[in-house]
Amino acid sequence: MSALLEVRGLEAYYGRVKALDGVTFTLASGGITTILGANGAGKTTTLRAISRMVRTAGSIRFAGEPIESCSTEDVVRRGVAHAPEGRGTFAQLTVEENLRLGAWGRRDRAGLEQDFARVFGYFPALDVRRRQQAGTLSGGEQQMLAVARALMLKPRLLLMDEPSLGLAPLIVQEIFRILRTVNAETGVAILLVEQNAALALDLADHVFLMETGRVVMEGPSELLRRDDSIRKAYLGY
Amino acid sequence: MARRGAPVVALVAVAIACALPFLLSNFRLFQFTQVYIYAIALLGLNLLTGYNGQISLGHGAFYAIGAYAAAIMMDQWGVPYGWTIPAAGLICFAAGFLFGLPALRLEGLYLALATFSLALATPQILKYFEHWTGGSQGIVLAKPSAPFGLPLNPDQWLYFLALVVLLAALWLAANLLRGRVGRAIVALRDNPIAARAMGVNSALYKSLTFGVSAAYTGIAGALSAVAIAYVAPDSFNIFLSIALLIGIVVGGLASIAGAIYGAFFLHFVPNWAQDISKAAPWAIFGVSLILFMYFMPYGIAGAVHRIAQRLQRPQSTGDGREPPPSVRTIA
Amino acid sequence: MSCKLAVDTFIQQVVSGLATGSIYAALALALVMIYEATDVVNFAQGEMAMFATYICWAMLSAGVPYWGAFCGTLVIAFAGGLLIERVVIRPVENAPILTIVIITIGLLEIFNSLAGWIFSYVQKPFPSPFPKEPVRFGEIVLGSHDLGQIGVTLAVLACIFVFFRFTPLGLAMRAAAQNPVSSRLVGIRVGWMLALGWGLAAMFGAVAGMMIAPIVFLEPNMMGGIQIYAFAAATLGGFTSPVGAVVGGLIVGVVENLVGTYVSFIGTELKLTVALAMIIIVLLVKPSGLFGRAVVRRV
Repeated sequence: MSALLEVRGLEAYYGRVKALDGVTFTLASGGITTILGANGAGKTTTLRAISRMVRTAGSIRFAGEPIESCSTEDVVRRGVAHAPEGRGTFAQLTVEENLRLGAWGRRDRAGLEQDFARVFGYFPALDVRRRQQAGTLSGGEQQMLAVARALMLKPRLLLMDEPSLGLAPLIVQEIFRILRTVNAETGVAILLVEQNAALALDLADHVFLMETGRVVMEGPSELLRRDDSIRKAYLGY
Repeated sequence: MARRGAPVVALVAVAIACALPFLLSNFRLFQFTQVYIYAIALLGLNLLTGYNGQISLGHGAFYAIGAYAAAIMMDQWGVPYGWTIPAAGLICFAAGFLFGLPALRLEGLYLALATFSLALATPQILKYFEHWTGGSQGIVLAKPSAPFGLPLNPDQWLYFLALVVLLAALWLAANLLRGRVGRAIVALRDNPIAARAMGVNSALYKSLTFGVSAAYTGIAGALSAVAIAYVAPDSFNIFLSIALLIGIVVGGLASIAGAIYGAFFLHFVPNWAQDISKAAPWAIFGVSLILFMYFMPYGIAGAVHRIAQRLQRPQSTGDGREPPPSVRTIA
Repeated sequence: MSCKLAVDTFIQQVVSGLATGSIYAALALALVMIYEATDVVNFAQGEMAMFATYICWAMLSAGVPYWGAFCGTLVIAFAGGLLIERVVIRPVENAPILTIVIITIGLLEIFNSLAGWIFSYVQKPFPSPFPKEPVRFGEIVLGSHDLGQIGVTLAVLACIFVFFRFTPLGLAMRAAAQNPVSSRLVGIRVGWMLALGWGLAAMFGAVAGMMIAPIVFLEPNMMGGIQIYAFAAATLGGFTSPVGAVVGGLIVGVVENLVGTYVSFIGTELKLTVALAMIIIVLLVKPSGLFGRAVVRRV
C-alpha cells in the first residue's frame, strides 16, 4: 500500500515558538486516521503544517512528492482539502457559493452539477438552505457545509480539524456517520484531529497520540479502544 | 536615544551653525533659514505621526494657519513680527487641539482621509475669506531688519532668528519626549488599549499631542511668512502636506534628528533636481517615499543611528535590528 | 410660469449632479474595491486615473478613433493597476497602515510628476464622444455629455455587477476579499485576486478620468478636487460597500450641484469645503457610512 502522506522530522514555528518538535508519521491511502492529544499538543498545528499555513522545517511528502515549498493553494490543488478549526465558512456568501468555491482548486471542473447532487445527498439539510447566507446557518449546518465544501474538491486527503467543537452530540454523531460513508464510497483518506477521543476512536482505523509537539504513541484504534491501561494512561478514561 | 557622543556632536553642530552667517552668501543663508523652518514643521508632524501614531496628511493646513495668522497680524494690525510667532503658535495649538478632539474618533486610515481632505480644501478656504487673506493675490509683507542696531543684515538676522527658534523647539521636544509625557505618547501609538488600561488618559494626550504638533508647524509657518515676506493660498496646497510627510519619512519617523535630515532633503533635492525638469523633484520625492519604506523605514536618522552603533561596538552580535518605531512588519 | 421654470432648473441641476455623481461613483467604487480586499485606501487612485486619461489622449493624438482609444486605455489601465499591486504593494502587504498610506502617496507623486514631465503642465482639451447638441425633453434641456456620462457609468457598473455575481472568477475575488484564509484553503491564489482587484479599480478610475476630462480639461492636477469628492462618496456610502460607493457618489454629485446652485454663500468657491465637511460629519456620526458594516474590533 503506497503511502499517501509521509511526514518526517516535522518542526513548526509560530514566530520563535516551536510548536512541533520532530513529528514523524505515515498515512496510507483510503484510511481514516485520528490525531488525539491534550490542548496544545500540536494537533491543529500538524494539519496547518500540511496545509502550509505555518512555517515549518522537515520533510512532508504527499503522493510521493515533496510539498514543503508549496503554498497553501498549491497543496489544495494537489488534492488536499482542509476543513479548518472554526469551519472557515464564507459567511457573507450563500451555501451554494461556498460549495462552488470548494471546487475551485479542482483540475477538472466538469461534472459540477453531479457533485452538487452528491454532496446534497450526504447533507440534505444544505440543499434546503442552498440560497441562504452561510453565516446564518446553525453551528451543525456550518460544519456540514465545511465538510461538503471540502468534498467538492474531490480530494485524495481530507483534513478535519475538531469538527465536534461546539456541536451537540447527536449532530456530531451524524457528521461522523456521514464521514464514514464518504470514506467507504469514495475512498478519500481522512486525517481527523479531535478532542472527543471516544467518537474519534469509533470512527478511525488508526490513531496517533501527540504530546507537546511530538507523536508519543501510534497504532490501530482497536488497540486503544480495547486496552484499558493504555487508554487510561493516555486519554484518562 | 542618549548616545555617548551625541552632546558633543550637537555642540559642534550648533557652533558651526552660528558661524555660518559670516561665511556664506546671503542667498545660501536664506536657504539654510528655510531648512531650519522646515525642520521645526517636521518636528511638529513627527511628534504626531511618528511618536504618537496619528497619521496626518494635512499638516500643511496648520502651516498655513500659522503663516496667515502672522501675516494678518503684521499687515492689518501692525503687530511686530516678533510677537506674531508665539501668537501663531498659540492659535495653532488651539486649532490643533480642537481638530484633535473629533479626530479622536478616527482611526488610522480615516484620520489620514480626513486630514488629506483638509489639505485639499485649504487653498480654497484661504481664497474664500478674501477680506482677511487677500484672496488669490495673498499678502505682501515687509522684510524685517535686525533689532537693537545689531551689525547684521536682514538675511543674517532672519537666519539667527530661525536658528534660535529651532534650537528651542528641539530642546523642548527632546524634554517632552524624554519624560512621562513622552512615554505616554509612544505607548498610545504602540498599544492604545494597554495604555488606557494603565491609566493613560488617551483622549487628553492625543488631543494635546495634536495641539503641540500643530503649534510647532504653525510657528514654522509664521516664521516662513516673516522670512519670505509673502503669503499666498496656492503655496499651501496638498503638496505642502505631502512634502512634510516626505520630510519625516526620509528624515526618520519618531526621531528628533530626523527632522533636520528631512528638512535638508526637502529643501535641497528640488534645488538640484529642478535642473533636470520641473517635474523631477516630485518624482524623486515619490520614489524616495517608496524606496525608503522598503529599505530604510527609519529614514536617514535610523541609518545614522545604526552606523553610530556599529562604530561604538565593532564586534556586535546578532544583526542588531530592532523593529522600526512605527513600521513594524509582521515576519 | 416661474414655478415651472424652477422645477425645470431643479431637474436640470439634478441630472447634472447625477452626471458628475457618476464620476464620483466610479472613483469611489475603485477606492472601495481596493479597501474591501486589502484594508488600504489608495490615495493615488485619482492620479492613476489622470495618467490613464493622458494615455487615451496620446492615442487620440496618434489618430486612433475615440472608442478604440477608450477601450485600449481600459486595457492598459487594467494591466497597469495589476502590475502596481504585484510590484509595489505586494512586498509590503502585511505592513502597518502608515507604511502603505505612505507608499500610495508616493505613487500619487510619481504619477503626478510623470504626467507633468511627459505631457507638460499645459492644459489640453479632451474630446467628448457625445454630440454637442443638448437633448430636449419638452422645456427641459439636458446636456448630452451629462447623459452620456451617466450612461457609460451605468454600463460599466452593470458589467461589473454581472461579473462579480455570476462568474466563477468574480466569486473567487469576492471570497478572497472577504476571507483570504479560507480562500487559500479552497485553492484560490489570493495574491492574484488582489492584483485583479487593483486592475479593475484602475479601469474604473480610467473611465472616470476620460468622462470628466472634457469638462475640466486635461492637466496633471485635474483629479485633485474630484478625488476629495470620491473620498466623500466612499465615506458616505461606506468603505465596505460597493453599492454604497455608487449611491454615495450620486448623492454627493447631486448635493454638490444643488448646494452650489441654491445656497448662495457657498457658490462655487467653497465646494471643496462642503465635501470636506461631509467627510468629517459622516466619520463622526456614522463612520461605517450608509451601507457599510460596522467594524467590531476585538480587544
